[in-house]
Amino acid sequence: MQAKWGSHGDYEIIALAPSSVQEIFDLTIEAFNLSETYRTPVVVLADEIVGHMRERVTIPKADEIRVVNRKKPRVPPGEHAQFRPDQDLVPPMACFGEGYRFYATGLTHDESGRPRTSSAKAQQKLVQRLCDKIRKNADKIVKTEKTMLEDAEVAVVAYGITSRSAISAVRKARETGIKAGLLRLVTLWPFPDHQVSQVAKKVDKIVVLEMNYGQIVREVERAAKETPVIFLPKLGEEPHKPAEILQAIGRAR
Amino acid sequence: MNEEMHPFEIFLRREMIPHIWCDGCGNGIILNCYVRALKDLDIDLNKVVTVSGIGCIGRISGFTNTDAFHTTHGRAVAFATGAKLANPELKVVVISGDGDLFAIGGNHFIHGARRNMDIHVICANNFNYGMTGGQYGPTTPLDAWTTTTPYGNVEHPFNLVHLAAASGAVYVARWTTLHVRRLTESIKKALQKEGFSFIEVITPCPEIYGRYNKMRTGIDMMNWFRKASEIRHQSDPAKAEITPERIVIGEFVDVEKPSFGRLLRGMTAKVEEKLRKESVDEARN
Repeated sequence: MQAKWGSHGDYEIIALAPSSVQEIFDLTIEAFNLSETYRTPVVVLADEIVGHMRERVTIPKADEIRVVNRKKPRVPPGEHAQFRPDQDLVPPMACFGEGYRFYATGLTHDESGRPRTSSAKAQQKLVQRLCDKIRKNADKIVKTEKTMLEDAEVAVVAYGITSRSAISAVRKARETGIKAGLLRLVTLWPFPDHQVSQVAKKVDKIVVLEMNYGQIVREVERAAKETPVIFLPKLGEEPHKPAEILQAIGRAR
Repeated sequence: MNEEMHPFEIFLRREMIPHIWCDGCGNGIILNCYVRALKDLDIDLNKVVTVSGIGCIGRISGFTNTDAFHTTHGRAVAFATGAKLANPELKVVVISGDGDLFAIGGNHFIHGARRNMDIHVICANNFNYGMTGGQYGPTTPLDAWTTTTPYGNVEHPFNLVHLAAASGAVYVARWTTLHVRRLTESIKKALQKEGFSFIEVITPCPEIYGRYNKMRTGIDMMNWFRKASEIRHQSDPAKAEITPERIVIGEFVDVEKPSFGRLLRGMTAKVEEKLRKESVDEARN
């Protein structure tokens, strides 16, 4: 929640949750690409354990890394409105030094960039666009990873480090004959509503793991609709043990 | 009707007018001195970035017709650092207030100066948080009255020129908005320095600060500056006091020191040379 609404004002941003050291590297590049594409801050929300881990990382050659740069203005400086969006709701953006005399402000502004702090209409227009450019592009932004979900009766939903214990628990559950699967959330914001509800339709129950007292679980409950959701919180710095998750999967059945 | 164009109109964004500043405020004078300095130096406006923080003077980035960034509170120096490193050919100027630069942004400021980052910082010091109703801040003089120190301020203020000098700035000066010509010349000098240059401009805030301190008009405050100012070039910034009786102004520091940008470019060249040699050696073997 803090990643999404970390400051005052209303808007939507993108937040990504890596679950390995390699993924911190990969998702950081992806974060910059998304940021350039949608002209928005992107938070790489690495948890404490992933942040402290040491693992092998493959760093690709510079020319093998996909780099996305922002859309640049297509009209000369005098005609360019800094915040006039295209169809995708993202306005082209000039860099400093390119002659566009770009003015960025945190105040509510109109399409030319002029502060319009006392105009409710300007506020409505701006905030709605800032939110919609993320919401309406959610399908293109959202990434999840499915493991053994095809025939699953119990789906575990996890992100970050907890998804690593979850994989192991799901495999153990399969060994004992419980059809379990894992939906790992790579994108936390925009929330993968569609992906969660698709999974919810197919399974009997959902188990949500979080290393807190219940944050993303509410989003899962909302997206899961009628499918019952069991929440397994874990507080402190020790991640869920596979056995604990296995037990919860057993209870879910 | 043919309207004659003001000689400084090309430096300003007309669509941002009217500005938000009060009668008697000194921010307009600072803006005036800044654009005069840009004009005198004949700098390409397409290569200037004006960065400001939050507060009354924070709006200055919107009024100047350069690339401009009205940043989050206290982060002007941090944003400026990024803009400069991303494109070293830009001239990056921070113009912000005492609360923004030295309270919430205090660490950005001292580390910008310590690194000798290639940016130029102008601080409008009005001794209080004017925009939010006149709360006391890190530059409010001892015993001064503000809305949140109704019996007088019991905190010692920062001496900004001393702080800047001790943190490593290569150019440090203090002026008041009364010293228009000297301030303009000083800004010109600061803009040409390599590394972190700093100018404190003491500016009247009669509507908020002056009201509580028996200086209700801009003229009252300017009279204080006139009576109390004492030019002491190259004097010890530690002793550059601001009291009702005495405001020590002038140029305190003007030294040369390699900037962050120069050191970084030097280091990059050295590493590239090393890698080039290694690959040549590898090819030989």
